[in-house]
Amino acid sequence: MASVTIRDVRKAFGNVQIIHGVNIDIADGEFVVLVGPSGCGKSTLLRMLAGLENISAGEILIGDRVVNHVPPKERDIAMVFQNYALYPHMTVADNMAFSMSLRNAPKAEIKERVDKAAKILGLEKLLERYPKQLSGGQRQRVAMGRAIVRDPQVFLFDEPLSNLDAKLRVQMRTEIKELHQRLRTTTVYVTHDQIEAMTMADKIVVMHDGIVEQMGAPLELYDRPENLFVAGFIGSPAMNFIRGKLGSGGFMADGGFHLPVGAAPAGSDGKPVVYGLRPEHIRIDSAGVPAEVVVLEPTGSETQVVLRAGGQDIIAVFRERLTAKPGEMIPIAPSLPIAHLFDAETGKRLVA
Amino acid sequence: MTDAALPQSRRAPMREVTAWDRLKTNRNWLGFWFMVPAAAFLILFLAYPLGLGIWLSFTDTRIGRPGVFVGIENYEWVLGDSKFLDSVFNTLFYTTIASIAKFAIGLYLAILLNHHLPFKAMIRAIVLIPFIVPTVLSAIAFWWIFDPTFSIISWTLKEMGWRTTNINFLGDAWNARWSVIFANVWRGVPFIAITLLAGLQTVPPSLYEAATLDGATRWQMFRYITYPLLTPIIAVVMTFSVLFTFTDFQLIKVLTNGGPAGATELMATMSYNTAILGGKIGEGAAISTAMIPFLLGAIMISWFGLQRRKWQQGED
Repeated sequence: MASVTIRDVRKAFGNVQIIHGVNIDIADGEFVVLVGPSGCGKSTLLRMLAGLENISAGEILIGDRVVNHVPPKERDIAMVFQNYALYPHMTVADNMAFSMSLRNAPKAEIKERVDKAAKILGLEKLLERYPKQLSGGQRQRVAMGRAIVRDPQVFLFDEPLSNLDAKLRVQMRTEIKELHQRLRTTTVYVTHDQIEAMTMADKIVVMHDGIVEQMGAPLELYDRPENLFVAGFIGSPAMNFIRGKLGSGGFMADGGFHLPVGAAPAGSDGKPVVYGLRPEHIRIDSAGVPAEVVVLEPTGSETQVVLRAGGQDIIAVFRERLTAKPGEMIPIAPSLPIAHLFDAETGKRLVA
Repeated sequence: MTDAALPQSRRAPMREVTAWDRLKTNRNWLGFWFMVPAAAFLILFLAYPLGLGIWLSFTDTRIGRPGVFVGIENYEWVLGDSKFLDSVFNTLFYTTIASIAKFAIGLYLAILLNHHLPFKAMIRAIVLIPFIVPTVLSAIAFWWIFDPTFSIISWTLKEMGWRTTNINFLGDAWNARWSVIFANVWRGVPFIAITLLAGLQTVPPSLYEAATLDGATRWQMFRYITYPLLTPIIAVVMTFSVLFTFTDFQLIKVLTNGGPAGATELMATMSYNTAILGGKIGEGAAISTAMIPFLLGAIMISWFGLQRRKWQQGED
């Protein structure tokens, strides 16, 4: 096991720079999730870490060794690909044993390691099958088995769950997390799904357009997003952004209603700001802002409501069941004492 | 439900369903008629000539004289003819060497073309040229290249001072054999190269990435990933290649016409020379028919080769 250090790493394809100086410190045994929309450079960064892409500038260290020019097989990493990349003409056992048999490891040792990995993943009965004969979840497990057999310093996962159906994805998510808790191997996991990031990570790195927007523990990112991008990306349904100005009476929306701010940031009177309000932090309060119910979407455990106030759509999620019908007005208010306020120009979080 | 059914009952009573109506909507009947043109074509131009050829090989037909059934007399004659046995040797030698060479060069070219090369599209087009040129045309070109006096190869070697005399390409038995094999390889490589290239492109790049991480060298990647994944296509393409080479006629006919002294006489050219030029249709047909077991053998090998690829099938 080893730590991973990414120091001011850049990547350019020709003249197009797609990663603009990224710094990430990954502690030994940590589960780090790189998350961001497609094209943000997260997969490229992972492939640079694996050695499948070269590094245009900066340094990547695994342990205390700079690996910029170390060939992939000597980096002591194992990667799980989005499409699993299982060798179709080899059985499950052969797939898992491939890296060891290339190194001419003794047969007994190979068998022992493969059996151990198969046991961890519950693949014992599938060892003689071919990938075509497996379900998506089983293939995913074989791909992880192939990584486990190598007993690497670092596990790399490149969107490993995106080819699975929703139910299986949740199940595999748990399995991967459990696996990490058991093996405690440093893991770098790439996904575009913020729920995967929130549920699995020790540390989330939110990337956007080739830069790191924010890095931290999942709940830290949820509670204190540094900027509008992170605020909108983390959390589902996404945070509502209400444009307006700060004044002595709190927040005055462009749509003409007031919202309480808690402690207003100093010297921010009259400043154009964006008020971030998470759907789950809205409650019904008779003294609140009247909003029109546009659409009701009950999911059973909760009710998602699209509301309209001051000409702006606001999404709210209520744990309780609503009796309101579309067209009716309900009064809403933020349920948190402290608001998320962002500078309308820079998008940065305003701190009181 | 009843509401919806009511208005319908007021309409004019439905016509009885006739047998013809049923036939009109029967998919098998329709399918049969779609199949007829292709089947007619195959029967008329493939099955019938094949059957006729086999029948003729059991008769003593000559040009201008319908024959009678003579049993295996033609085969006895053919097997006793040392020229025929030579042609079998020539055909097997020609097919084996040419197919192996075509496979090796074709695979090499395919792998080369699968990499990022400058002017890739143009190079691919150039590779196809030998395949596009009509066989007879390329045969005539080779005829000039192998000409005893005007051969460009002889000329080049002489200009470079490596030789003082011309090479007798088509006049010497072994020179002629290697020359026709060379021409056949030149002509056959593009087909194999392009087909294998298509096969190579179906191998997902992530497999190579996974193999890179697993620590495979380039050779190991070829040996353990590319080659096994390519075997189904290799089996098909090599079957075709062997069949085409075994039955090759045009190149030999134009280049050497079987000469010198029968050194390049293949079964196909011998059959033609015996049956059409020599007029002995029965014997010629017997020579042709004698090719069938060899061809069936080649097909069987690839058929059973293909059967064993369990990993391609999805079921248990």
